[in-house]
Amino acid sequence: MARDRRREPGRGGPTRRQLLLGGAVAGAGAAVAAGADALTRPGVAPPSAPEPLAGAGTVPFHGTHQAGIATAPQAHATLVALDLHEVTDRDALRRMMRLLSDDAARLTQGVAALADSEPELALVPANLTVTFGFGPELVRRALTGSAAAPSWLRALPAFTVDRLEAAWSAGDLLLQIAADDPVTVAHAQRMLLKDTRSFATVRWTQPGFRRARGSEASGTTMRNLFGQVDGTVNLEPGTADFEDLVWVRDGWLAGGTSLVLRRIRMDLDTWDRLDRGGREQSVGRTLSNGAPLTGTHEHDEPDFEATTAIGFPVIAEFSHLRRARSEDTGQRIYRRAYNYDDAPTGGEVSNSGLLFISYQADVDAQFVPLQQRLDELDLLNEWTTPVGSAVFAIPPGCAEGGYVGETVLA
Amino acid sequence: MHARTFLPALAVVSVLALAACSGAAEADTPASPSSGGPAAESVTVEDAWVKSAECGMSAAFGQIENTGDADVTVVSVASPASTMLELHETVENESGEMVMREKDGGFTIPAGGVLALEPGANHIMLMGLTAPAVAGDEVTFTLTFSDDSTLELTAPAKDYSGANETYAGGEGHEGMDMGGDDADAGGH
Repeated sequence: MARDRRREPGRGGPTRRQLLLGGAVAGAGAAVAAGADALTRPGVAPPSAPEPLAGAGTVPFHGTHQAGIATAPQAHATLVALDLHEVTDRDALRRMMRLLSDDAARLTQGVAALADSEPELALVPANLTVTFGFGPELVRRALTGSAAAPSWLRALPAFTVDRLEAAWSAGDLLLQIAADDPVTVAHAQRMLLKDTRSFATVRWTQPGFRRARGSEASGTTMRNLFGQVDGTVNLEPGTADFEDLVWVRDGWLAGGTSLVLRRIRMDLDTWDRLDRGGREQSVGRTLSNGAPLTGTHEHDEPDFEATTAIGFPVIAEFSHLRRARSEDTGQRIYRRAYNYDDAPTGGEVSNSGLLFISYQADVDAQFVPLQQRLDELDLLNEWTTPVGSAVFAIPPGCAEGGYVGETVLA
Repeated sequence: MHARTFLPALAVVSVLALAACSGAAEADTPASPSSGGPAAESVTVEDAWVKSAECGMSAAFGQIENTGDADVTVVSVASPASTMLELHETVENESGEMVMREKDGGFTIPAGGVLALEPGANHIMLMGLTAPAVAGDEVTFTLTFSDDSTLELTAPAKDYSGANETYAGGEGHEGMDMGGDDADAGGH
């Protein structure tokens, strides 16, 4: 006699909750259609044409991999790391991840979470994704039997350029909350963190941003706050390289990956002293479009053999472009960075930088050698300082009815 | 959008109280919900959750939908998590305060209608927790309808700072918190 009579609100349209709350999102599809019509006739917008809305976009939560990795980067992201309470054991971790997965499954689809005190704020999903990461201590508490932690799940080796602060480093549980609307991010963050209170405390929160959705063509490589095109050479979701180099193949992390966060302070004041030529030399790319100094288009292959009239390499030995590149094609990572711009302190006018976020199947085989090369020599180090660092295992995604972390907690 | 399901805890299993039924009840099967079958057959519960609490009282919420074409009435609710449960409504008393009290006759859900159990409104009251209901626990409830059919559901416990309604009717109860400690105390 057992049967599941529950409706699946995502299948056929707005949920009852959305309708009860006024259906703010429900009409968005029609609004977009009408808006597109208006756009074809500039200046002749019909008086009653609904404004096209971008907030209705959703990214599936369930799947082989967690969302928020291969997902096209949203405009806003906040990373939150938590420290587990002493008493949070394996059973508690399971309860926590079930609650958080359920919250994320709902919120990412524009549905209020259970016990959501501000359900109206959930109605604009704006491509929200929530990605969970496990730090070394969480994994230690979760493991049973023969399951093992990946060898790379630990603090990165010390680099000479590091000036790490505990306030921006490490953590037991990571939430990467990303959406095209900062209010959506704030609400998801509030809802998720409310459900962590019995299990953990917030260690740090790092909000970041890119260009707003719609400001530039989708797929445009981001610029950092130095004005540089940042991230031209990157693994591309959907390619075989991406599949091979980002996703873990075996064990409880199969379908998962690793996340390295490096909080990199960028000294805009000393950068200001550098002229455009010097700025371009430091990276080996033009500021105008990010083309290598030996090319004309952003994605042109750099010519490291090219020399100037007096015999110097056009792309200098010390340039970031040159140092970041390896002959070993296995030493590649997938970058998904965000800018940060916090309140200045101590009489300065800027406190800015980059939340460098990379995904790779094996931190030690892919990220560490790359960072070692940059640590040894990279002119950009003159203006950049890593002040935070963290490594997390990113479990695979879960199917409907499952929860993130079930491959190690079930 | 993709179809999805959330916590399996929310999956509602309709359990006809066959054990308690006589042969006459069995003869009714297989009744369709729209042809005067057991009330539980036509009812679903979505989005159920219960406020976490260390001890004492708590409350459960959710959306009870009657997909049938006859009104149904929930007359009682039971749970292994609590020794005493009541169906409560929240009403304005003579002083203009919103207070909760037991709902006379239970909750009636009209045909095709939805009854929302929400903080500050109708809810299921747990008045004697048998053990702490900590965040993420799955709490089982059995709703009994006026025709004695029953519906079993589970609801996750969630930390929640609201739902602190005043309890109507007795000095000894007034101002009692429905839940346990504030959720942000942490460290269960």
